[in-house]
Amino acid sequence: MKATDIAAPDYFHRVVDCQWACPAHTPVPEYIRLIAQGRYGDAYLINWKSNVFPGILGRTCDRPCEPACRRGRVEEGNGEKPEPVAICRLKRVAADYKDDIRARLPRPAAARNGKRVALIGAGPSSLTVARDLAPLGYEVVLFDGDARAGGMIRTQIPRFRLPEAVIDEEVGYVLDLGVDFRAGQRIDSLTQLLRENYDAVFVGTGAPRGRDLDIPGRREAAANIHIGIDWLSSVSFGHIDRIGRRVIVLGGGNTAMDCCRSSRRLGGEDVKVVVRSGFDEMKASPWEKEDAMHEGIPILNFMVPKAFTHEHGKLTGVLFEKVAAQYDDRGRRQLLPTGEPDVHLPCDDVLVAIGQENAFPWIERDLGIEFDKWGMPVVDKVTLRSTHPRVFFGGDAAFGPKNIIWAVAHGHEAAVSIDKLCHGEDLHQRPAPGVSLTSQKMGIHEWSYDNAVSGDVRYRVPMKENRIALKDIKVEVELGFDPKLAFAEAQRCLNCDVQTVFTPKLCIECDACVDICPMDCINFTDNGDEPALRQRLRAPADDPEQALYVSDALKITGHVMVKDEDVCLHCGLCAERCPTGAWDMQKFYLEMTHAGPGCRNKRREANPLPA
Amino acid sequence: MTYLAKPKLHHPGLDKNTLGYTRRDYEGAISTLCAGCGHDSISAAIIQACFELELPPHRIAKLSGIGCSSKTPTYFLGSSHGFNSVHGRMPSVLTGANLANRDLIYLGVSGDGDSASIGFGQFAHSLRRGVNMVYIVENNGVYGLTKGQFSATADKGSKSKKGAINADAPIDLVAMALQLGASFVARGFSGDKTQLVPLIKAALLHPGAAFLDVLSPCVAFNNHPGSTKSYDYVREHNEAVNYLDFITPRSEITAQYPPGSVEEVMQHDGSVVRLRKLHADYDPHDRIAAMSYLQQHQIAGEVVTGLLYVDPQPDELHAHLNTVDMPFNQLAESELCPGSAALQKFNAALR
Repeated sequence: MKATDIAAPDYFHRVVDCQWACPAHTPVPEYIRLIAQGRYGDAYLINWKSNVFPGILGRTCDRPCEPACRRGRVEEGNGEKPEPVAICRLKRVAADYKDDIRARLPRPAAARNGKRVALIGAGPSSLTVARDLAPLGYEVVLFDGDARAGGMIRTQIPRFRLPEAVIDEEVGYVLDLGVDFRAGQRIDSLTQLLRENYDAVFVGTGAPRGRDLDIPGRREAAANIHIGIDWLSSVSFGHIDRIGRRVIVLGGGNTAMDCCRSSRRLGGEDVKVVVRSGFDEMKASPWEKEDAMHEGIPILNFMVPKAFTHEHGKLTGVLFEKVAAQYDDRGRRQLLPTGEPDVHLPCDDVLVAIGQENAFPWIERDLGIEFDKWGMPVVDKVTLRSTHPRVFFGGDAAFGPKNIIWAVAHGHEAAVSIDKLCHGEDLHQRPAPGVSLTSQKMGIHEWSYDNAVSGDVRYRVPMKENRIALKDIKVEVELGFDPKLAFAEAQRCLNCDVQTVFTPKLCIECDACVDICPMDCINFTDNGDEPALRQRLRAPADDPEQALYVSDALKITGHVMVKDEDVCLHCGLCAERCPTGAWDMQKFYLEMTHAGPGCRNKRREANPLPA
Repeated sequence: MTYLAKPKLHHPGLDKNTLGYTRRDYEGAISTLCAGCGHDSISAAIIQACFELELPPHRIAKLSGIGCSSKTPTYFLGSSHGFNSVHGRMPSVLTGANLANRDLIYLGVSGDGDSASIGFGQFAHSLRRGVNMVYIVENNGVYGLTKGQFSATADKGSKSKKGAINADAPIDLVAMALQLGASFVARGFSGDKTQLVPLIKAALLHPGAAFLDVLSPCVAFNNHPGSTKSYDYVREHNEAVNYLDFITPRSEITAQYPPGSVEEVMQHDGSVVRLRKLHADYDPHDRIAAMSYLQQHQIAGEVVTGLLYVDPQPDELHAHLNTVDMPFNQLAESELCPGSAALQKFNAALR
């Protein structure tokens, strides 16, 4: 193999699995260390800069970082249940325990730059664009049909998971940057808006339409059949405060989990979730399923709804066909009836949470914005620009339902595009992330990070008792980690951003690092092609997604150093045992470049704005 | 050295031997030797060898004297018996332990100071008596604990870290062992575990006095240009006469070698040491030829490594002394102390 180019920003970035997996590339280990040090405000600001909504995401994020977390892999074969670091809930700790950070946030721009940007829909992606552009002097006009900003964060996530105060605080930080929020102003025609001569328009309207289930009885029993996300937003606004005693929730995603748990708090005593597929294939995050079951909600699987039953115009239940998963020759799964008798589950209300759709009835089709055959706008994945030069999309509106953290990532990229557009630059010349690599050595056995590896298993977040939690939909169920638990959980983080950096010319091949490495990551061997090399290391490196770090040939033996990054604990023992300093522990810090002078082409920096 | 304990976490795919132990289970406390010390590599090689041989840790006794090398038994085989004895006195303590309990596997760990100076006599007598043991000398040619004076194994003409030239003739412990009748004599290098681990395995199963001289560079005091025991010097002057494949009766023989390049030596327990010859004319069964081969190469400044001599059917001390088969701790009091009548009879026989 060729020697690894560790100067390429992606190489060490990939080693920080959590940060690589995060759509916004938040520097996770850095803020976890700050939490361990009790520097909650600093930890919050790192998050705020990267993901805009630390308190909200610390409660609701889909946490793509956690399945990627190395901790889960290194605990395999070492304990009963390998689990990642509770990254998401640590984020919440930063938000819960920070002091007043308002003075450390950017201020509204002192002077306008003369550019006007319209943002449609005040959800997480638009708010991110506003956060990035308003301090730069853009006149940011934010439209939303609702009276308050937040979008799905406010309307679809139940209060027992996310208190209103947290939304108000973090949405407020954005609006306070001098954003012109036009509350209650729904945009009905993009043509009209474009006539107002905005320099750019950003569409962040989400996926606002809940999918319906058109089976017999739907119309007759309509009064007690509700579309999940609409019902959730009515609950959120206080328009609905009761539901029947027996509730069936159809669907297996996170919306279904919010529906069933909300029902339990609004009078639903016998609440069931029924899904077509198997329990394991459900779209809901495992922890959300756990939380629902913890509240006494059974999840029934492999049952396809056939009809709503009704009597005298009133819903009486749902009839289900039992199915089983069968795989055809091509490995595709089909749900085929088992032939067992249909099951009738009686109920008073049904919540349909079987998916969400985009809807753009307000975008005229003659504007030059192309739509594909599924009715989705054609959007450039990198620049987030549509086929109209001044119209951008982000969040669920761009590529269909995803989650908040993706919406934030889109918002940042769209803001970069808009900033470049307004400076007459090529949108495809994207800014590189800012990276640094700093030695952590303080003394012979002293590092500026805590390199002892905790043996603790994942800590559970304390919860309110069901007895209290189920009484009031506004009572937050999770209590969050207290500082002591947060410290213990933070210590489980392996500091994957503190990289093992190898300097071949210093190596004397004494094998000290090989002998000390607890995970058998380090090898000195003859070079070879990657598949062969992967098989003849001290421990086979079976995951091709995890890189091999290969050095140049060493001077005397001609061997190369090969390190399997997969299960490295970043404990630094290799560097501590190295007599020559050929190994060093260096902190890799990567920050995405957001809109602003840093994202623009260097050559143009000193130029005045184009007219 | 390090202040951290080695994390308990291990690779998810770490192998277990048939006893259910991983290699990590054969480790000891974390080393407090200097970073990069060759001794730590030898410890790792011993751990690997015991894991691969599937030795039950509680059947091994590790004994040592004084010095950097003699500290190392703390850093491997944490569940085995250990005895850190007086300077240079490991061989007599080991001999005594062996006489009392012949069922254990004895691993004597010593250094060039411990064996070639203060314990030179003990070293010699334990080998000539044929004590069933593995005697490892972790040889760095320097007194590390007292900051780098030449030891008795330092080559004449080699340069100290401060620049002094050694005027004294060296003691070659391998040559001594050959002359003293050790039935297994080998030399390894801490920087080449491919060679060292099979040597340790073969030595551990050798039913006689096995002597293993392991060149183990001292990174703190003897790893500079002009030293003949530095990593670079040993690598550049290493004349390996053979490599071993150690084959337990259970393992499958898979590797293929050209005819004539391999010799298989059957051990008395059925295991096979397969020698991959690197020098076709080297015969590891000829003690005298081995001695002269060593001398010739030593004069040329070369370091001969490999399995230098082996007697597949050795004698050992218990046979010489015609001792009982059972270890003392398994004999009943009546057998250990047969009473005054037996004593009188014994005394009478000597009058």
